[in-house]
Amino acid sequence: MRQRSWRFCLLLFSLCFVLLGRTQTPSGGELHFCLHGEPKTFNPILVDDEASENVRYLTGGVLIRVNRQTQTLEPSLAESWKVSNDGRKITFHLRKSLQFSDGTPFTSEDVAYTMRLLMDPQTHSATGDAFRSGEGSVNVQTPSADVAVVTFPAPLAGLERLFDQVAILSAKSPKKEMSVLGPYYVSEYKAGSYILLRRNPNYWKRDAQGNRLPYIETVRLDIQRNRDIELMRFRRGELQLINRLDAEQFDRLQKDNAAAARNAGVGLDAEEMWFNQVPSSPLSDYKKKWFQTADFRRALSMSINRADLARIVYFGYATPAYGPVSPSNHFWFNSSLTVPKYDPQGALALLARAGFHFDNGTLKDSAGNRVEFTLITNSGNTAREKMATMIQQDLAQIGVNLKLVMLDFPSLIERITRTFDYDACLLGLVNTDLDPNGQMTVWLSSGEDHQWNPNQKSPATPWEAEIDQLMREQAALANEQLRKAKFDRVQQIVAEQQPFIYLVNKNALSAVSADVTGAAPVALNPQAFWNIDTLRLGAAGQLGANK
Amino acid sequence: MSGPRLLRVVCYSVLSAVFAAGLFAEVITHYSYASQFREVPNAAPSAMHLLGTDSLGRDLFTRVVYGTRVSLLLAPAAALLATAIAGILGGIAGLRGGWTERTILAFADLSLALPLLFVLVALRALLPLDVSPILSVIATFLTLGLLGWPSSLRVVWAAARRLRESDHFLFATALGYSKTRLLLRQVIPNLRPILFALFWISIPLFVLTEATLSMLGLGVMEPLPSWGNLLRGCEDFSAMAANPWRLVPLFVLIVTVICFQYILPTSGESA
Repeated sequence: MRQRSWRFCLLLFSLCFVLLGRTQTPSGGELHFCLHGEPKTFNPILVDDEASENVRYLTGGVLIRVNRQTQTLEPSLAESWKVSNDGRKITFHLRKSLQFSDGTPFTSEDVAYTMRLLMDPQTHSATGDAFRSGEGSVNVQTPSADVAVVTFPAPLAGLERLFDQVAILSAKSPKKEMSVLGPYYVSEYKAGSYILLRRNPNYWKRDAQGNRLPYIETVRLDIQRNRDIELMRFRRGELQLINRLDAEQFDRLQKDNAAAARNAGVGLDAEEMWFNQVPSSPLSDYKKKWFQTADFRRALSMSINRADLARIVYFGYATPAYGPVSPSNHFWFNSSLTVPKYDPQGALALLARAGFHFDNGTLKDSAGNRVEFTLITNSGNTAREKMATMIQQDLAQIGVNLKLVMLDFPSLIERITRTFDYDACLLGLVNTDLDPNGQMTVWLSSGEDHQWNPNQKSPATPWEAEIDQLMREQAALANEQLRKAKFDRVQQIVAEQQPFIYLVNKNALSAVSADVTGAAPVALNPQAFWNIDTLRLGAAGQLGANK
Repeated sequence: MSGPRLLRVVCYSVLSAVFAAGLFAEVITHYSYASQFREVPNAAPSAMHLLGTDSLGRDLFTRVVYGTRVSLLLAPAAALLATAIAGILGGIAGLRGGWTERTILAFADLSLALPLLFVLVALRALLPLDVSPILSVIATFLTLGLLGWPSSLRVVWAAARRLRESDHFLFATALGYSKTRLLLRQVIPNLRPILFALFWISIPLFVLTEATLSMLGLGVMEPLPSWGNLLRGCEDFSAMAANPWRLVPLFVLIVTVICFQYILPTSGESA
């Protein structure tokens, strides 16, 4: 009897051990990092700010995911998909037996519900706008619980990539958008303070050993706008990740703790300046003439020492930029573009060709007007202020008198979008989409982000007409190589005409604590935690969670 | 020489030295405040660059000296303007009383209720963009002077009112003094210590307000230096630990503000 009881205990103990081994995650703990603003919404359809986008990435389940490292498409909630030859229809074959975080089953009805909501004009979804290919409505058919067919009124280039931004909502869950298919769900939220994300027990993904992902039990996102405080807390060990570090902070971290400073190389974001070419602007006629002269723009571009900007302002963590696409966008970057040199003498020769003359250290146009203009940028951005000051000295070498004005952001936006009462502007472009379709409003002459001369009724110049045509053509093509050829030509025109004078592409810089394993920051957003479901925490992270 | 008197002499000497440095900047340094020595950004102090260089490689000593000129010449001008406005309006309100007093005080209270910084930001945004840095800095200090009077006005008003109700003022009035004589013999001599004190107090206040505006990127425009935009180099404390010489503008500002406070007459001396 005693022997049987002993054997029973041993069996029970072994069973418990096996069960614990299977259910216990290999990491657990709490990952702690910051959002740099308050998320405006938790509804993934309505996201249009960076903080909400980060929450959507961490919580939302998508049909197709762009792998941030390889920049290729990977199956996610959809096991497979097929785009029709005419580029109007996409058929998804969904994974079976999946559930939302609250246990509601996932079916093709949820895809249909999400797409209907996304395309509803009343929703005003920025994500939905990318899917508007032409007049007419988007039709979603659900022939079975695991097949969804989405048909668009007109062909949509790069259609599959757009689904990376579409987090599927549940049509039936009483929790509505808080019921999710991503690795985490929102467990607590204190406005202005923090968001606590908890591991989704129904997340579909498993690792090679069959363990359910994600490994980390909770993610605490503190809302912290002050980047210096964020870095200080990281140094104290209170945070384990920092995304989008600025170059100066990164440089200091690199000196203190080289292992934590992660440089993912050149990023997608660019800093650029442009001249006001709006014909109806209140500028004097001679200034309008300067700014509309391609040789003037090219000459000024040639006289800016971009290498110095990258070295001094960004401590070497930036690359001189000459075109609209960053080299980190592997597929769309046009590597055949000629890289112009910093050449003040060449710039003066170009200006002479355009009727300007350099006299006694001063540049004058053919009518004798001294070349001087004002460059505006937003106040409080130290890097931009430094760049503007360096450009001021560079342009002084060719006799241009550049005045700098820092404006608060609302005043600046008022000037560049409504009154057009400015000469030149220096700002940055944040690129989240690899595909050129994401920049349609920048390149089409009718676009509101066509900053040098927005909202044109018809293209003001032949080269803008050509860009319009190329952008529309590429957007209607399904063949990626043909699209690439057309967009290469757009990049070439932009490099020749210099409507935007690109200055630098900033590196993607982040900080990762030694507690975190598996982190491999990349250039694409969200840089440091793109692989959140496979990140693990070491002993220190678990200790932090227990505390 | 007594302790306070000696201290005041020292403060006067320090202020004179600082003012002289600003006035004779071209003699003291041969660099231009805008020249960028791009090969040596953030350099440590050396024989070439006495206080090192800033993040763009500009000679920090040169920028401190020229910044002193901008801040210490224009801040007193703004203080003079604000004190003059406060003196005139406060004096009229205190001496005349009645609806004039009520109107001026209501206007001053309304102006006090306005958030000064936001008004400055809005006014700065309304300035034409193509003004030169010199004009821009004059406009900034002029705005400070035009907006900085309400708090001083209340002090002057209270003093003028006390004066109106004083026996010697009543006696002078009863003797049939003309208004000009009253102003010259009674009002100005009695209000002068207060106006003097308000003027000296306003100078560091305007220097600090310009510094705040510059911290927001809205003060004196680059490349012109001022104490305000030089203090922007001290924004990041951890960077300061590596480059402590960057604290020199802050040190000069603190010393100057302290000196301004010590040269003010004490209450016993005023009386």
